[in-house]
Amino acid sequence: MSGTPKWVARVEAIRVSATARWLFYAVLVALVLMDLLLPKKAGLPWWEALTGFSAVYGFISCVLIIVVSKLVGHAGLMKRENYYD
Amino acid sequence: MTEGFFLHPAAVFFLGAVLLPWVRGRLRGVYLLLIPVVAGLALLAASPGVYGVYAFLGQELILGRVDALSRLFGVIFILMAFIGIMYGLHEKGKTGHSAAALIYVGGALGVVFAGDYISVFIFSEVMVFSSVFLIWLQRDAASLAAGFRYILMHLFGGVCLLGGVVIQLVETGSTAFEPTAVNGIGPVLILIGFLVNAAVPPLSAWLSDAYPEATVTGAVFLSAFTTKTAVYALIRGFPGTEELVWLGAVMAIYGVVYAVLENDIRRLLAYHIISQVGFMVAAVGMGTELALNGASAHAFAHILYKGLLFMGAGAVIQMTGKRKLTELGGLYRSMPITLTLYMIGGFSISAFPLFSGFVSKSMVLAAAHESHLTTIWLMLTLASAGTFLHTGLKLPYYTFFGKDSGIRVSEPPANMLWAMGLAALLCVGIGVAPQTLYALLPYAVDYAPYTTHKVVGTLQVLLFTALGFMLLLKQLDPEPKISLDTDWFYRKGARGLLWLAAHPIARADALLGEAYLTLILNPTERLVQWLWVFERRVIDGAVNGVASVTHACALRMRRIQSGQLQHYALAMVVGVSVFLVYLILF
Repeated sequence: MSGTPKWVARVEAIRVSATARWLFYAVLVALVLMDLLLPKKAGLPWWEALTGFSAVYGFISCVLIIVVSKLVGHAGLMKRENYYD
Repeated sequence: MTEGFFLHPAAVFFLGAVLLPWVRGRLRGVYLLLIPVVAGLALLAASPGVYGVYAFLGQELILGRVDALSRLFGVIFILMAFIGIMYGLHEKGKTGHSAAALIYVGGALGVVFAGDYISVFIFSEVMVFSSVFLIWLQRDAASLAAGFRYILMHLFGGVCLLGGVVIQLVETGSTAFEPTAVNGIGPVLILIGFLVNAAVPPLSAWLSDAYPEATVTGAVFLSAFTTKTAVYALIRGFPGTEELVWLGAVMAIYGVVYAVLENDIRRLLAYHIISQVGFMVAAVGMGTELALNGASAHAFAHILYKGLLFMGAGAVIQMTGKRKLTELGGLYRSMPITLTLYMIGGFSISAFPLFSGFVSKSMVLAAAHESHLTTIWLMLTLASAGTFLHTGLKLPYYTFFGKDSGIRVSEPPANMLWAMGLAALLCVGIGVAPQTLYALLPYAVDYAPYTTHKVVGTLQVLLFTALGFMLLLKQLDPEPKISLDTDWFYRKGARGLLWLAAHPIARADALLGEAYLTLILNPTERLVQWLWVFERRVIDGAVNGVASVTHACALRMRRIQSGQLQHYALAMVVGVSVFLVYLILF
């Protein structure tokens, strides 16, 4: 393979592009706004019907999983690779 | 027993394995692919009913129970066998490996169509002892050791299952593989046997320990059959067992937590098997028709996308020879097709709308709502976020993007790509047209996955997880470490046992020997010596003294024994005379 193929350069460009990032944020906002447009659904706990509940819960879940797991890991669960040898 | 002919799909696989050594060359591939095709046709031709009933030790062995549930699992097992065989086609001359895989699939089908617990036990053991070769044939020290630990745990599960079945038989007189109430030691042992196979923590470490050590193709097979056979067994034997709801929810999060810490790509995926099976176990515990449909559908979808993910990870390992996230990166340049197909698996397991996981996982979540299990719903949704975080973001990011490792390889062989493509096609197909899957489920389905609420809610959870990933990317950098799991207890435990034997036990043994020597053996020896002297000096002396006196007397007596009558007569006359003199005088 000589040089970088054109499509690889394009992927790299998208990866660092600010436009792509803002597009992603716009989608996030749109998703939360859609909650406002939807009719409230009966039969669910009240907090689940709150605007953006799933968004907040998803974000909190992600952060919790990363932070708590890493805490537990560094508290002694993680060992050097040849621990059992 | 139902009249009519039933060709057992497991028999096709077993026979296929037996005849395999005689099929060589170009024919081998065609032959291997034909086995699942024939088994599939046999299953399609079978009408619901009970076939293959045999008397065994006063019990009935039921080998062929065909109903909606067993048919569903039969279909997906055969389908996955076809995909797995295609994935391994480029491996020439690995007869043992192919045979082990065929017998393993046959065992799984044996369990699925079994109607009694004895058959379930027998086929489960067949699965254990065939599947371990998919690990061992990796042929390195790590796989050998992991294989032995794998067997160890499954023997434990097998013994529990058999013990439970025997107790159940003695107490109720039945070994029927039907919904069983957990009301005694027998059913509890059977349940534990199934929970080991389903990899429910703390009995789960065998999975994350052994699967990453298996061969590239072997891991694809392993990911599909053992745990899903256990899910089938739980649906069949223990629907509505409430404890399973909590076990399943904890299990779903357990796998996710370990996946954060994991550096080995296949071990990360293995932890996500545990997490995904948690959804199914929880659904079995809920026990409603919607929940059991959800568990079945999720098992079906899971086999395909998890197989696809293991195939993608296997392709990376096969081509690069590396398995750790810290050693990979930037592979999208040389493996774009693998990346695309892997991502379809990633989107499916993450339950993105239009992918298979969405139409099955949302059923389980809806069932939790229906049963008013709010905490469970929250736990499972948290696990969903974690699933996307690792399988859909972390693993592909650090493998295919991230810091470029400089590794430049080619795409894997065509057959591997075709197998992945087929699995990917099915993942998307189920996601786009869920009714095809719903039609196969054990209960009638009155459930619509694609409501605006569900789609928007799911996308919010997933895309905000992605936001969290972007913001915390640095925190997630993989570390070249391993994480302790419950296998620590038997890995370090065994070492502890050896130390115990070599040190305290050996020392106690020496001490005991010493005490025996000083307190018992030595005094006894001294006593014996003394007795010997006593015997020689006293007893022997006395006996010898008596003997020599007797001897001396005898010598003297001998002289007077002339043998002549006149001497004896004379002696008698003298004697009588003396006697008479005595009488007269006194």
